[in-house]
Amino acid sequence: MNKVTNIDQVMEKVHDGMTIMIGGFLGMGSPLKCIDKLVEKGVKDLTVISIVNSYPGGGFDLAPLFKNKQIKKFITSHLGTCPEAVEVFKSNDLDVEFYPMGSWVEKIRCAGFGLGGVLTPTGVGTLVENGKQKIQVEGKDYLLETPLRADIAIIKGYKADKMGNIQYRGLSLHCNPIMASAADYTVAEVNEIVEVGQLDPERVGTPNVFVKAIVQGYTLAEQEKVYEDLWVRTGRLK
Amino acid sequence: MDFREQIARRAALELTDGAVVNLGFGMPVSAASFIPQGVNVILQTENGGLSFGATPKLGSQDSDLGNAGAQPTTLLPGACIFDSATSFGIIRGGHVDATILGALEVDQEGNIANWAIPVAPDKYSPGMGGAMDLVTGARRVIAILQHVDKKGCSKVMEKCSLPLTGKGVVDLIITEKAVFQVTPQGLVLIEKVAELTVDEIKAITEAEFVVAPDLCEYRL
Repeated sequence: MNKVTNIDQVMEKVHDGMTIMIGGFLGMGSPLKCIDKLVEKGVKDLTVISIVNSYPGGGFDLAPLFKNKQIKKFITSHLGTCPEAVEVFKSNDLDVEFYPMGSWVEKIRCAGFGLGGVLTPTGVGTLVENGKQKIQVEGKDYLLETPLRADIAIIKGYKADKMGNIQYRGLSLHCNPIMASAADYTVAEVNEIVEVGQLDPERVGTPNVFVKAIVQGYTLAEQEKVYEDLWVRTGRLK
Repeated sequence: MDFREQIARRAALELTDGAVVNLGFGMPVSAASFIPQGVNVILQTENGGLSFGATPKLGSQDSDLGNAGAQPTTLLPGACIFDSATSFGIIRGGHVDATILGALEVDQEGNIANWAIPVAPDKYSPGMGGAMDLVTGARRVIAILQHVDKKGCSKVMEKCSLPLTGKGVVDLIITEKAVFQVTPQGLVLIEKVAELTVDEIKAITEAEFVVAPDLCEYRL
């Protein structure tokens, strides 16, 4: 089976009003080419699920989706790094659902791994309690966090073989492997696509069963240039 | 000395050799520069790594090595990398010995508020990120903040006014003027700067506190 797909064919699956998980952490390990295509296609009323928001200061990765008001609802642990998002939030054009980062991760893991929810002590005694079941186990209070899934998950990996096995690189895995499991259609944008048999099975971070499509993203050399420019431009690399 | 550096220097003295430590963004992360010689800690980054190092120079960065603030970082020998579920398992599961977190407000019951600033009615930003998990799971929670706000109002309060990050979770409060231990009976002043008397500390602190019998001068 060959899951290599043209990015435009992937975009044909994306429609207004869909729920989309987007991998990455503040723009690191993010599926940048697919995000650009979502912006270009102009799909709207999206519910976007992302662990945090865009690269600090805005203008990169998720930021244009907020600027163009394509996102109706954002499910995350952190909003504030993206000024474009804070603006639409203030002006009532965006609904935000906050979860503690660890709970956010577990909700997605539940959806992908066939669980009805997890009990976490995180958030007890805070606003996060609102609307949730509180359950006591062995004398300790926990909140029930229920599964969170998406129509489409767009993740970012380093290498993929054509069957859809994904290898990650550096710190750029974070929530990508969890998200891969929790959508009807998971797309992996990668730096390099290799033949079946060319990935060491022990280095596979996401098993092929989770992945429906693979798209070619920036090559590693191109990606190095993108982040060097970004980090230098924003004063984080000298 | 800038108040930020003073607080960061004092906070660094709380770190012990071999401890697994998570430093929040802003002042806490700068505490890493002031860890006493001979104390080696294992720094955790919540995006999924243990034992990260200094910021690289231009030319030696790697586009797949960004820290929890999206700044380029490096890995030290012995470093390891994992996904977000493991990262928060480490945090929630009690495997982080200490966290130093910047706070907007703290109070005499050990509550901390650091995630929600109202931007419109019933709307808050920036969000809690990993802070709620850290205050829940880290074995020791050290809250650092300026003693008073720009208007001169105490940020060490009787009761936090902003939405909480965690209830009764703080172990130690460090400001640029004083250090308070949080006990089941309330706050205990354990250190103060030499320039201020206990009464002067009382005058700028909304929270009730008692004075430790062995009260000492603010350590740096």
